[in-house]
Order: sequence, then C-alpha cells, then structure tokens
Amino acid sequence: MADAAEDQQAAPTSDPTREPVSELHGCPLTERRGHVVAHPTRERYVEVVKALADDGYTMCVDVTAVDFIAHPGRALPDGIDPERFEVVTNLLDLGGQRRVRLRVQVPDEDATLPSLFDVHPGTEAMEREVYDMFGITFTDHPDLTRILMPEDWEGHPLRKDYDQGMIPVQFKGVG
Amino acid sequence: MTDVASRIAQTSEAGQELKPRSEVGAAELMRELGAVLRMSEVEAALLGDLPEDPDEDQTMILNMGPQHPSTHGVLRLMLELQGETVLRCKPIIGYLHTGMEKTAERLTYLQGGTNVTRMDYLSPFFNELVFSMATEELLGIDEDLPERAVWIRTLMCELNRIASHLLFLATNGMDLGAVSMMIYGWREREEVLRFFQKVTGLRMNHNFIRPGGVAADLPPGWRDDVVRLMDLLPGRLDEYDTLMTGQPLWRERLQGVGTITPTEAVALGATGPVLRSTGVDWDLRRAMPYLRYPELEFDVIVGSYGDAFDRYAIRLNEIRESMRIVHQVLDRMPTGDYRIQDKKVTPPPRARIGESMEALIHHFKLFTEGFKVPEGEVYVAIESPRGELGCYLASDGSAKPYRMHIRAPSFVNIQCLPHMMRGGLVADAVAVISSVDPVLGDVDR
Repeated sequence: MADAAEDQQAAPTSDPTREPVSELHGCPLTERRGHVVAHPTRERYVEVVKALADDGYTMCVDVTAVDFIAHPGRALPDGIDPERFEVVTNLLDLGGQRRVRLRVQVPDEDATLPSLFDVHPGTEAMEREVYDMFGITFTDHPDLTRILMPEDWEGHPLRKDYDQGMIPVQFKGVG
Repeated sequence: MTDVASRIAQTSEAGQELKPRSEVGAAELMRELGAVLRMSEVEAALLGDLPEDPDEDQTMILNMGPQHPSTHGVLRLMLELQGETVLRCKPIIGYLHTGMEKTAERLTYLQGGTNVTRMDYLSPFFNELVFSMATEELLGIDEDLPERAVWIRTLMCELNRIASHLLFLATNGMDLGAVSMMIYGWREREEVLRFFQKVTGLRMNHNFIRPGGVAADLPPGWRDDVVRLMDLLPGRLDEYDTLMTGQPLWRERLQGVGTITPTEAVALGATGPVLRSTGVDWDLRRAMPYLRYPELEFDVIVGSYGDAFDRYAIRLNEIRESMRIVHQVLDRMPTGDYRIQDKKVTPPPRARIGESMEALIHHFKLFTEGFKVPEGEVYVAIESPRGELGCYLASDGSAKPYRMHIRAPSFVNIQCLPHMMRGGLVADAVAVISSVDPVLGDVDR
C-alpha cells in the first residue's frame, strides 16, 4: 500500500506560484510562520499518524473539521484536490516541543475517514464531535454516536448548508 | 413551530447511554476497557470479568446527574456498580451545548470575544486571549502589539488563573465535605473578581482582551489594588494548608484516589494539572511560550502519583506561582499604548469621532462590517487553568471567521473519568470529578 501511495506522489508538477512544498512521510508539507501543516491523503491518513507517533508526536490534541462548501478556492499544495470537508488533526510532540497539523480532504459523497482510536484513544470524543457536527463517519470507531446534540437530532449543525432555524420569541406588551 | 416543539419534547440520548453488559458484545466490552490502558488482550479480558464476590453477582447501572450537585454543572455520568464499586463509567455531555462555534461564524472578529468569553466561564480571559491571538496571527500583527498590551494580558490572565484555582479549591472542599473551605475559596475569589470589575466593568465575561490589544487601559489605582490582593492571599493560602493539606482526613479522602498513569494521560490527550499530576513536566507557558513568559520566573508544579491529592496540591501551588508572576508583572509594567495603532483593526478613540470625518468612517465601518482578515488557517494554543486551550480559525478573507473551533481542555480531560474511577468507590467518584475540575460550559460549548 505504501508503494502505491508513493507512486502517486512521485510525479509532482512544481508550480512556482504555489506554496513551497516539502515532504513528510510521503505527504506534502507546508510551513508558514512556524505552523507545520501536512496534507496526507485519506488512504494514508492513519499510516502517517502512526509514523508521526513513532517520530515522537505521541499526543493528539485535537480533531476537528471544516466544511468548505461555501469557500472552495482555498490554497492547497500540488497534488491535493480540494474536497468539501477537511478534517484537521493537531498532533503534539511533548519531548521535542513541536506541533504538526494534518489536513485531510474528505469528499461529500463518501464522507468517511478511518478512526485514530487505535493510535490515540483520546480522539474518541473528538471524532464523535466531528461526526455529530459534520456527519463525517469514522470507520472502526468504538462508539460513534452523537455527543453534543440529542441522539435523534436531524442534520449536522456545523455544515454550511444546515438550515439555521429561528424560534420566534414573544415579548409581552410589545407591539 | 409545532414541529420544533414536538421534536424538542422527544429528544433522547438513548444511543449515547451506557449499555448493560448483556447488550454489549464481549469484544466491545474488552475494547472499551482495555484499549486506552494499552493492555494485552489477556489482561483486558480479565478486566472485563466481574470481580468475584458471591454475594454481589449483579451489577446495577446508576445515573449520576445531570442534576447532581457534585457534577459541577450538567454533567451526567452513567455508572455500572457492583455494590459500592464502580466498574464502568460513561460521561454523557451536551446538556449545555449552545452551538457557540456556529454562532462564531455569524459574528465579526470584533464581536467574537463576547462569544468565546462565555465558553469557559471560570477563566474568561484565557478564551479571549486565545481567540485574539489566533486573529492577530491571521492578520500578521502578532509581533507588533504594544508592550503594555502584552503585559496587561499577562497580568489579567495570571489573576484569572488564581481566581479559577481558588474556585477549584472551594468546590473541591465542598465536594468532600470541607464546607468551610467552600466559603473561604469563594471569598478570596470574589476579591480577585472585584479587581476584574474595576478594570473591565464586569466580574465575568469581560470581552476585555480583543484582537489588537485590550479594550481599555488599567484604571488609576490598579497597582494598589493588585498589591493589596497579593498581600492578602499568602496568609489565606497558608490557612488552606493548615485546614486541608496537612489534615489526615483530607489526605485519606484524596491520596491514591483516581490515579492515572503518564501513558494513559498522554494517550487520552489530557493536559494541564491532570497531565502534570502524573509527573509529566508539560506547561505551555514553559514548553511553547507565548506572551512574555520566557522572561518571567516561575516554576512548573509537577506531581508524582497522578492521584486526586496531587491535582489538588498542584493547583494550590500554582496559585503561589501565579502570584510570583504577578509580582514580576507589577515591576515590569511599561507605559505606553494598550492597543495597536492600526486604523483598520482598532476603533478610533471616542474623542476623535466628533472632530475627524475619517475617524467617524473608521468607527462606523469597524462596528458594522468589521475588519477583513486575510485568508488562511491557524491553530494557537495557550495554557489555561485547565490545560491546553486551543483556537483553530479558518478565514475566507471576509470579516467573519469561516470556521472557529475551540479545543476545550475540559472536553478532552473528562475522557479520563472512566479510567480514574474504575475499581473505586461511588464516594470517590465525587472526588475524582472534582479533581479533574471540568467546566461544563467549556465541555459543551
């Protein structure tokens, strides 16, 4: 699997107008103002997180997502096609005192991503929150249920196309 | 309207609840019990078995909360009990969820502070600080802040850490039956909040730290107030030591209760006093410094047993370290401006609006449209009293955040509860919740 993925990465077309790109475990890496961001593909996501855990990134501090349906034209390195959702994972290296952020593109029509639970059990609640708020399912998650919204809630509130209903408030004695 | 009303009436948490053993598959139970602890399958299988006790071969699932007084808000714990022993525990949250991350997408960066400050309502300055720092980083002005603004931020944050830890001492005492401690903790916290009120106008939810600096300069006489506070607290902290730290009853209730190992804490993503109690020397102020912390002298307090007593002692001594920092801030507070002089970010002073057309326009534009923030995404983290407080901002170039996410320390830390409680007594469960010090506004957002 690793070989196939490396073949995909093997022929990047360098475009000088785009952000400078280096590599981290075979995925494009950008660095701006001290923020290190890696862009693994969906298939290699868990593999990269495991490799990073071996490098010392032993703590997963945060998993969140962004729904880019209303803002498709964002800057991404070569070889990464923008999709509707982007799952953002923040890893922390306690010994080396450094951070790395992974941004994974997740398409709308198949909004699934492998769970990090086996590598970092602390992602259990965070992935449930992303599922609850964005409707992205995490395969092999031990207990993928809603966490903040009630169990029978319809829709995923942080999606940009979620209908923001308003409940009319009545004030006594006004108008 | 009726549709909404009927839907609300029917809401349930059924799928989120703790399932009885008979409904849970063996593999699932084993995974739940063993995965986080990094056990071998054999060890995990042993854990999944019921403890042998011929008289107590039944287990009972008990709801603790959401309205239980010692769950610090609306936290609901489902406990599987065998007699008095807790076998499994599952926190069910979301009762205080108000969609603040969604709200943030409809507020400008200037208004965002009023929203985030309400998340962790016991340490509002930290929420404002992390949101402002993320915004400034996107704007690229984080290096240009006036010195005085940075030092005012440090002062307010450290005083806030003191207030938050004092409230922890109060509630921790109350949960364990040391009711007089509750009164003392609240009393001292009120002294700190009185200073906040003098500076910001409000006891809580200040919206004082804003992108570009702080909202107002410190009022005349602030130094005397802080000095008075710093003179008052050491004696009171020594009283707490007498009242609790050395007291056998207190030690019996806390020592060895709710232990967690460094491996577990790191695997679960726990930060703050929970992580430090296990002996991991991790404080963002020291490890990945922000503001002017590299220039300040303070110690990172670290425990060794990872139990509830260590977490209590760490917080008590962090108050003393924060006081050390406040003393240094008092010595070093520079004069100068308290916000950045960038017309696009900072509103003009009130006096200028009457005489300058340009100032009027800037004022109007800032408060109606807000300022535009360049496209990009950023994650900034600071050390709040509860652990790593992070803010992830994605901007599409408009005046409102495209996405704002707060990495809440309490939300992650309460994942430790099942591991701390396993095998303990129900009475100790109260001590464990208290020692993690979750703020439900922070958990549910």
